[in-house]
Amino acid sequence: MNNTRSRAGTVGVYLGLSLSAVLFLLPFYLILRNGLATDQEITAPDWKLFPTDLQWGNFSELFNDQNVPFLRSMVNSTIVATLHTIGTLLLASMAGYGMARIPYRHANKVFYAVLGTLMIPSAVTFVPSFVLVSSLGWVSSMRGLVIPGLFSGFTAFLFRQYFLNFPRELEEAARMDGLGYWGSYWRVVMPNSLNFTAAIAVITFIAGWNQFLWPLVIGQDQNSWTVQVALSTFLTAQTINIHELFIASAISIAPLIVVFVFLQRWLVEGVAQTGIKG
Amino acid sequence: MVTPQTSPATAAPDRPRPVRRRRARSQALVFWLFVGPFAVGLLIFVYVPILWSLWLSFYDSQSTVTPTEFVGLRNYQDMLSSGPFRESLITFTLFAAFIVPLTFAASLGLALMVHRIRFAQAFFRSVFFLPTACSYVVASLIWKLSIFNGVRFGLANTVLEVFGQDPIPWLSVAQPPWYWFPIISVRLWLQVGFYMILFLAGLQRIPRELYEAAWVDGASPGWKTFRHITLPQLRNTSVAVLLLLFIAAYQAFDEFYNLLGNVVNYARTPLQQLYITALGASQDYGRGSAGAMILSLLIIFVTLFQGKLFGFGKPAE
Repeated sequence: MNNTRSRAGTVGVYLGLSLSAVLFLLPFYLILRNGLATDQEITAPDWKLFPTDLQWGNFSELFNDQNVPFLRSMVNSTIVATLHTIGTLLLASMAGYGMARIPYRHANKVFYAVLGTLMIPSAVTFVPSFVLVSSLGWVSSMRGLVIPGLFSGFTAFLFRQYFLNFPRELEEAARMDGLGYWGSYWRVVMPNSLNFTAAIAVITFIAGWNQFLWPLVIGQDQNSWTVQVALSTFLTAQTINIHELFIASAISIAPLIVVFVFLQRWLVEGVAQTGIKG
Repeated sequence: MVTPQTSPATAAPDRPRPVRRRRARSQALVFWLFVGPFAVGLLIFVYVPILWSLWLSFYDSQSTVTPTEFVGLRNYQDMLSSGPFRESLITFTLFAAFIVPLTFAASLGLALMVHRIRFAQAFFRSVFFLPTACSYVVASLIWKLSIFNGVRFGLANTVLEVFGQDPIPWLSVAQPPWYWFPIISVRLWLQVGFYMILFLAGLQRIPRELYEAAWVDGASPGWKTFRHITLPQLRNTSVAVLLLLFIAAYQAFDEFYNLLGNVVNYARTPLQQLYITALGASQDYGRGSAGAMILSLLIIFVTLFQGKLFGFGKPAE
């Protein structure tokens, strides 16, 4: 296949890819550019690709701004995303293991009850969920932010499918050694499923960090804002400086970029897995 | 592969019944120890809200979750008769008509290109996938304050100026609807990489022999092999991608909320409309719930219809 036509095709492919790559990276560049510029330069009518001199002081200005609870919102997001990930993984993997491995007369009915929730997107249930959570008195609390989101039918479903294909021989060996179901789940199955679990963990963490609608609904006082809600509020309010908003955005995506770069292999694996099974 | 646990009847055919029954009971207990915490949560935070919502949707319940006045289907009628909710369904239909085919084509195109190259494959894959890490809020912020900013400045208008065009007020004018450009492009940028990964995974599963056989039969690589081998082999992935794209479009909220805000009354998505109805000034849980029920029925209907149409859920051949 090394004729001239296909070589020209390859050059074309690289050209197309490079052009797309520039477009895809541009918004990331714009965050940094605007975050390190002055407001005058961001809103200048004659738009320049590079700001004339970089305003590194924008960082300290953001953190010292008394009107912007940015640090607090970052802490909230960290707690929410971490608890969200740990809780979801634990609950869903246990449920998935139970449904895949423990013979029980009504196991199928339970499985269908889980499957049924996949059809109803969680975003549609926010009205009734808000009604429930507010009657529990959980508005503007960490409980309200975290607990209702822990029960992901989709994640439990993925774990079940994964465990169905998990080699039984390993578990049988564990059974011989006198381990019960809990022992083989905790000491044999989970340690041998780290790749899969890591993949789901990365996706769950990113989703938890980036979720917006539920924290917006629940975080009604400023102290319970996550970073997404905080950014959105500054975006629609007029009080913040634009450069602060951009530097705040840059900081808010930094943890995810780190997660992304270091755990990309698992992330790709997880997306391929979740998408196909979905 | 048959273990004593999966078929106690064959494993212990002549054991006395009470033992078997006791064992089944203890296994039920273990099952619920594993599944119970999750199931209880699902019950409380998914099933109870949905049933509660169903109940509320038949009542006049403004600012109360324990209403007394039964109104039958009136909330449903109110939501579906001409008004903001019905307009939001039109907005969603338009939005889906743009974003679903565009994302599908773009992510398939990128996947085909990335799949074809040898050098720097991982680099390009990462670049296109990177926006997945960005939130809709942050992306909306870049789009609104930097790229598609109003008349005076912004990247898009700077580019237009280079071509001698007048600047466009992208987000502040409803007629003509320029706002579709930022709305569509922001989501395209955010989600294309995710679906590209799905297509890449699908492409990697296509056996090379199929292409080699086609090569021997005289089909040169290009449109023909794409149409007769690649596309049919990607059928399952394509159906999954279409369904996921549709569901995602129908849940649109973040970028509409952050780009257009709640002040403008054009281009609101159904979810945004429910947010305003139920949690806005009117606190109308009855109508909000009715709207949520309508949307749920809509998505279930489309999912089942699409499943029937494409045979979704069948095992891959």
